[in-house]
Amino acid sequence: MRLALERRAERSIAIALLSPVIAIALTLVTGAILFALLGKPPLEALRIYFFDPLTDPWALQEIAVKATPLVLIAIGLSMCYLANAWNIGAEGQFLIGAITGGWLAVVTHGTGAGYWVLPAMMLLGALGGALYALIPAFFKVRFGASEILSSLMLVYVAELLLDYLVRGPWRDPKGFNFPTTAEFDDVATMPVLIEGSRLHLGAIIALLVVAAAAIVLGRTLKGFEIRLVGAAPRAARFAGFDDKALTLFTFAVSGALAGLAGIIEVSATVHHLQPGISPGYGFTAIIVAFLGRLNPVGILIAAMFLALTFIGGESAQISLKVPLDLTKVFQGMLLFYVLACDTLILYRIRVMQTQKAVHGAR
Amino acid sequence: MDDAVAVAPGPGRPVQPEGQVPLLEAVGIVKRYGDFTANDNINLQIWPTEVHALLGENGAGKSTLVKMIYGLLQPTAGEFKWQGEPIVLTGPASARARGIGMVFQHFSLFEQLTVAENVALGLDTAPLAGIDERVAEVSRAYGLPLDPKREVWRLSVGERQRIEIVRCLLQNPKLLILDEPTSVLTPQEVEQLFRTLRVLRTEGRAILYISHKLDEVRALCDTATILRGGKVVGTCDPRAESSQSIARMMVGTDIGEVRSDGSKKLGAPRLVVRDLSLMPDDPHGIRLEGISFEVPAGEVLGLAGVAGNGQDELFAALSGEVRSDRADMITIDGRAAGRLTITDRRRIGVAFVPEERLGHATAPRFKLSDNTLISGHVAGSMVRGGFIDRGQMVAFVDHITKSYDVRKGKPDPEAASLSGGNLQKYVVGREILREPKLLIISQPTWGVDAGAAAAIRQAIIDLASRGAAVLVMSQDLDELYEICDRLVVICAGRLSAPRVTRHADRGEIGMLMAGVGIKGKEDAHAARA
Repeated sequence: MRLALERRAERSIAIALLSPVIAIALTLVTGAILFALLGKPPLEALRIYFFDPLTDPWALQEIAVKATPLVLIAIGLSMCYLANAWNIGAEGQFLIGAITGGWLAVVTHGTGAGYWVLPAMMLLGALGGALYALIPAFFKVRFGASEILSSLMLVYVAELLLDYLVRGPWRDPKGFNFPTTAEFDDVATMPVLIEGSRLHLGAIIALLVVAAAAIVLGRTLKGFEIRLVGAAPRAARFAGFDDKALTLFTFAVSGALAGLAGIIEVSATVHHLQPGISPGYGFTAIIVAFLGRLNPVGILIAAMFLALTFIGGESAQISLKVPLDLTKVFQGMLLFYVLACDTLILYRIRVMQTQKAVHGAR
Repeated sequence: MDDAVAVAPGPGRPVQPEGQVPLLEAVGIVKRYGDFTANDNINLQIWPTEVHALLGENGAGKSTLVKMIYGLLQPTAGEFKWQGEPIVLTGPASARARGIGMVFQHFSLFEQLTVAENVALGLDTAPLAGIDERVAEVSRAYGLPLDPKREVWRLSVGERQRIEIVRCLLQNPKLLILDEPTSVLTPQEVEQLFRTLRVLRTEGRAILYISHKLDEVRALCDTATILRGGKVVGTCDPRAESSQSIARMMVGTDIGEVRSDGSKKLGAPRLVVRDLSLMPDDPHGIRLEGISFEVPAGEVLGLAGVAGNGQDELFAALSGEVRSDRADMITIDGRAAGRLTITDRRRIGVAFVPEERLGHATAPRFKLSDNTLISGHVAGSMVRGGFIDRGQMVAFVDHITKSYDVRKGKPDPEAASLSGGNLQKYVVGREILREPKLLIISQPTWGVDAGAAAAIRQAIIDLASRGAAVLVMSQDLDELYEICDRLVVICAGRLSAPRVTRHADRGEIGMLMAGVGIKGKEDAHAARA
């Protein structure tokens, strides 16, 4: 008996929907094996990691808080990936958004500026992220440079820029020499939805972005253009769509959303600029985009699941004494399995009976 | 049986000596997919030194049968016998090991690799060293010119097919299966291929020849097996039949001959190309040099030529996928259009049907309704204020389906799931139903069955008779002779003077396709001076 892959006549919609579920199941099984190898009780560990947070109201809120930037970034990335433009640098665009938006909070600090500050910060954050994302896009369009490499490398540039700013010119003079800016004023802080919780207005913005993306991709010519350029570039040129302009467009959109996520995160949960404001949201969002099938609603669900791995990782660290890096292991496995399962959308597995020695062979 | 007959231009008789067994025999072969029976109790014998035609419309079950013979599919019931012994073919490798080779209609080539690398990958034992020489040798011996070092993505369809043929011949098969091998060859190349096939036959090989071109089958084949609806409906000696009688067996009814009403009134020129010269982006592309021609309203102009002589570049220049250097190089309905985008050209009433159905004319994994947008987004009815109207798109698919008899498994399938002929009908329907004033169409019936081809050609002629101008690029000379009022020939990026089809001599057109008699650059300069 052997296994063979057989091409399907059409994409299997069922598998396309099922593939993330299979991938999650396989990740859990592998995770259990991993816990067992670490000498932890596997089922207990999985319960602490993936189930307990769902029964705790605080953790549920925290999932929504962590899912917010993931949704925003992943929606933008999905547009890029659908259009065959590989923006890997959302983490950098996230940081630049936090910097350009945070700049306004820093310069208006203590000046008694009005309520225009927060909306202006959002705009500046989105603009900064978009411009930063246009750098690799421009080099790709103009010189054919690999956007995968250039966008990724710009992440480190952004990290170091933030590092420089908070240690140098923007450092809080009253901050005991910690590398951080002054605490943002109230007018530069994202309002919370429920008094006393961390759940903030950004979650609503993320939901609006999901709805807008669903409409754009499903119902507009621009969405068709994005899908067509990625799926069949020659047919897209035949349709009169300009793939270079679209590369710039999708990079700008995804950079803007990543930048917006950055400034929302800073103004809503961190309240100042400092190194390490992102636990890798920009990279995790890549997993979210694929796990969510590059589909806005799918991304919403996937973002919650990935947020759960962050929360679960923290509680597992506390109660099981396992390293926090386990979160990244789980996220990596998840991406691996979801990409592997995607093969089944276009192919089916067939069990072939191995033929006995061919009749009449001489 | 005498040898003189076997090597004569006409086909010889199949050899069936007493006490001999067929090279390959299919006994009661059945192939079912769920409820659908693709092959129903097929019996077939192929003898050594026989050229055996397999005829049938798209969907008649030819491909299924051939895939089973080549080991790609397993029969549901029945068995194959190879030289009298029952065999089970577990895959193409086991078919090749027995000496069965196949040239597919749809190529299986890696676009990024070179010709030689592709050939090497297709061989079961693949020493890359020396493959260039072997390819060059075989391609020279069989008149299939190929540069072993070029990457496949730069090649035209015709050139790609040559790779497949050469790859097969390198394996020295006992039974060679050819699926529509001549659809992109010139008459001279077809002659050359036929000579090759006849040589292969005298070497003791058998050939299973799948074609829609009945004249070819009658010229080449000893036996024809005709399939319809998955069943064998007849076996005949094609030389004893007329094309019409064979076509009747295939289709089940008489095919109406394509006819223009003859009383043509030509109008003002809708397309004027003046001194179009264009450097290709791709270093291996063909440079267009001083191309000039006109297509008046009501005319079908045919553009003949061997694949890879500038047709792709000319199509791209006319469609606007590649912009011309000067606007006045291309004039459409009196408007300088050389710098317009393809979208703007569509707006002024031009429609385009490219050669490649999947990936160029359509996105393979998009539904037919989504694929209507590729050219349809230009018109106002499907897109309003940036929003698309799915109802309109689905309605348009229904309209195409009804008008052009597109056969599909469900109302709105992905383009890739349609058979070649049905997808072509869809694409042609999508463009002609826009009622263009100018239609540029490349290879309108490549790989399309006889019935569908006739329908497409009729649609082209009807469009012209409604006052549109049509430019048909085709490597199928019979087709051009059938539907075109005038012919031009392209060779190495240069265009011949037009000829009225009725008075055009095939031999002369063949010479032009080979580059004899087309004015060179110097002559053109002299003519202007």
